[in-house]
Amino acid sequence: MAKEDYKGIWVFAEQENGVIEHTVFELLAKAHELQEHNKEEIVAVLLGNNVDALAPELIARGADKVIMVNDPALASYSARPYQAALTQLVEKYKPSILLYGATPLGRDLAPRLMITLDTGLTADAIDLGYDKDGVFYQTTPAYGGKILAHIVILEKRPQMATVHPKMFTPFDPNPDAKGEIVKETVKVEADSDYEVIEFVPDENVDVNIADSDVVVAGGRGIKSTDDLKMLEELATLLDGQIASSRPLVDNGWLPHSRQIGQSGATVTPRLMFNVAVSGSVQYVLGMQKAGCIVVVNQSKDAPIYDYAHYGIVADYRKFIPALIEELKNREA
Amino acid sequence: MDFQFTEQQSMIRDMVREFAEAEVKPLAKEIDETERFPIENVKKMGEMGLNGLAYPEEYGGSGAGQVAYVLAVEELAKVCATTAIILSASASLGSWPIYKFGTEEQKQKYLAPICRGEKLSAFALTEPSAGTDASMQKSTAVLEGDHYVLNGGKIFITNATHADVFITFAMTDKSQGTKGITAFIIERGYEGLTISEPENKMGLRASATCELTFDNMKVPVENRLGAEGRGFNIAMATLDGGRIGVAAQAVGIAQGAIDETIKYTTQRIQFGKKISQFQNTQFTLADMQTRTDAARLLMLKAADAEEKGLPYTVLAAEAKLFAAETASYVTNRAVQLFGGYGYTKDFPVERMMRDAKVTEIYEGTSEVQRMVISGNMLRK
Amino acid sequence: MKIVVFVKQVPNTDDVKLDPKTGNIRREGVESILNPMDANAVEAALQLKEQFGGTVVAVSMGPPQASYALKKVLGMGCDEAYLLSDRAFGGADTLATSYTLAKAAEKIGDYDLLLFGRLATDGDTAQTGPAVAAWLGVPQITLASTLTVEDGWVVCDRKLGGMRQRVRAKLPAAVTVTGDLNKPRYPTPINIMKASKKPFTTWGAADMECDPAKIGMPGSPSSTKEVLEPEKRSTDTKFFTGEMADIAHELVKTLEAEHLI
Repeated sequence: MAKEDYKGIWVFAEQENGVIEHTVFELLAKAHELQEHNKEEIVAVLLGNNVDALAPELIARGADKVIMVNDPALASYSARPYQAALTQLVEKYKPSILLYGATPLGRDLAPRLMITLDTGLTADAIDLGYDKDGVFYQTTPAYGGKILAHIVILEKRPQMATVHPKMFTPFDPNPDAKGEIVKETVKVEADSDYEVIEFVPDENVDVNIADSDVVVAGGRGIKSTDDLKMLEELATLLDGQIASSRPLVDNGWLPHSRQIGQSGATVTPRLMFNVAVSGSVQYVLGMQKAGCIVVVNQSKDAPIYDYAHYGIVADYRKFIPALIEELKNREA
Repeated sequence: MDFQFTEQQSMIRDMVREFAEAEVKPLAKEIDETERFPIENVKKMGEMGLNGLAYPEEYGGSGAGQVAYVLAVEELAKVCATTAIILSASASLGSWPIYKFGTEEQKQKYLAPICRGEKLSAFALTEPSAGTDASMQKSTAVLEGDHYVLNGGKIFITNATHADVFITFAMTDKSQGTKGITAFIIERGYEGLTISEPENKMGLRASATCELTFDNMKVPVENRLGAEGRGFNIAMATLDGGRIGVAAQAVGIAQGAIDETIKYTTQRIQFGKKISQFQNTQFTLADMQTRTDAARLLMLKAADAEEKGLPYTVLAAEAKLFAAETASYVTNRAVQLFGGYGYTKDFPVERMMRDAKVTEIYEGTSEVQRMVISGNMLRK
Repeated sequence: MKIVVFVKQVPNTDDVKLDPKTGNIRREGVESILNPMDANAVEAALQLKEQFGGTVVAVSMGPPQASYALKKVLGMGCDEAYLLSDRAFGGADTLATSYTLAKAAEKIGDYDLLLFGRLATDGDTAQTGPAVAAWLGVPQITLASTLTVEDGWVVCDRKLGGMRQRVRAKLPAAVTVTGDLNKPRYPTPINIMKASKKPFTTWGAADMECDPAKIGMPGSPSSTKEVLEPEKRSTDTKFFTGEMADIAHELVKTLEAEHLI
């Protein structure tokens, strides 16, 4: 079959315990951009058991069609049954594009599909699009983000990618959206050689601020441990970690593992808040490679502003509560 | 002529570098400030087999050789000169005399556990009146039946708070001068051995440099190292090799300071430019690196000669002299390029400058090295 | 127990720079290292060997000069090394790479456990482990932060967000491990000296009876069309002014637009 005969933009609708992974909605929104170019149908593929209730949600978020399989063998995720089920569906419908969220589950499953479908799979793409030659490409960072590569899958279909979460803004749910729901069956057996023993909240989440995507750091200007709690709340709202310059560690407010700078950790988060940090040379050595740097400091002359992309010259005790409020409203 | 390392030498260097970066560097500042002997890393180095680098497998070593050993010392010294000298005191000065002059029993009893990292050793030669002039030994040893009785003491003994084994020296026959000195292997638990609190030093502050006192200390005859009267020769031969280790330490300190300076000057901005963009910085860095590379070549040549069984006394003196003076020069320049920050304890170059100084002093001062070198030149 | 550990030699990412003229990666003077998480996989293998006995076999694919990583893991204590090296392997994407590695595993045979670092720092794909598992048809555990073997099953914890999942897979199985699994041991001088005497085998495509259409460029559906440098953020600071609530609103909007929150 010629590659031109493969049609459809598929999004693997990852769900666990009846909750759809948020990245799926982001991919459905992005799929509409791709659709403008290739005019193909946007299909969400939903695997599980008793997941009928989730299909309308996918349509409300932008899917033209939902292909759904309910099977006891798919009740909870394991690699081989999911691989088998998805392979059968792809072989039947032949989509041109198949996208997965680059979640732990997506990255567990997708490489196995690469083998059974004998096609390409781009890892952890941060963007997707069509280039000037009309070729579908996936953008991936390499070498720790030092370079970006445009990956293309020229001959094989479907063109597959896992896509980094939070890269695209999902559509607000539209309850009036219309779409088709197709119930499919597949031949699949539960994997007797793989078993989830337990799935529990992790009591001791290890902190490694160096690996954190978002860091909220407080400096010498932080007045009290109560204020520090405020920064912790901000960090939690941003899915980030709290850190600090040396003074707060020296006076015992935070452990050394949270210290940034020459004698502490070097952090490279995508987003970094520096609150009441002055910006000594020692400190800056540990954070200057952060992606986006926000500075909140009362003194506009603070050296840290030399590194700021966004600056708020204000008393943090007034601004941070406002920011926390805003983030909470946004979530609600 | 071959300037390439063997694959094993490169791998040992890489492995020590990795260890030094991950385990030694993070402690360097703290142990300098608190003078705490870094026992956890000393144990790890022992378990890894760094004490046995230069010794054959039959004694628990790896047979990697002298060059591999100096590469290890250099890598440690790049991040922490204290840790480098702790290794050097045990893996060379405190063990080589046993390897070279000991009986098979002494090697099995003392050298093998040192190589395997089970025991730490030290070298105790210097006395208040016998520093550079080692012939002025005042400690005495008197044979009484199956043991010697030692009286006197030693000063500036690295590793003393934690060493299990010491190589030491005492006069068995004063009338013979240097030919009356005898070497002994002593154990930490010997009655009559007291070890003082460590000296409060300018640099190498965590290397546990103590005074030993021998008060009617009984040493079994089987712990005499070599024949009576051979001690001075043993000490001098040991120091020849030890000097290569000090040269490696000095090269490491210099290279460590250069690495820190590059990191700093390529980031720090003054007058709207990175400091590294000023020609003064560039020229100074070039001089620092050139001297360090020259010192390293001398050091490696001496180590290679020792490994190949060629004469190395003069080579070792030259390497030690030049490397020590280079370390002092390079660290001094590094502090200058850091400016005010270099003078603070927030950056390691001030510590490196303090650590560098002693390489011009111990295991034979620079003046002694010049005596050795010129003595050899003028003898012909 | 026979454990096969797959390791990769990667450039030290701190050194990597892009040639602004050619758009290629400048590799001159870039230090090569053992991919860090592969060291965790090796450590896990060596610990299992200490517990159960057996052999640890290390496998790496790359040009002849990529033997460094294998030499290093022999220095850590692995028993045998296989370098998969052939001009025909060049230009492989993860599909072709995983095929080649799977062929090596088949030829080595009798494996109980296949271990991988979760990802390699040069490609960041994290696809090789599960893909090899798929070729061989064995179950897999990805993202393992603990690893034990009990009664013929490998049991691992996986850290997923704020959750901890404990799973088990029946041997033979493949496991990809994270950096917090363990602290890899250092090679030792004794093992480094012994490493030169351990079996070190180089296999080409023919040795493993590879299908030429499935290796290297021909076996790689994906390719890099363009390499770019990430857009540099302007260093000019944008200052927000006004009422606190308005600033907060504006800032959140800005960060959202940049997909940062």
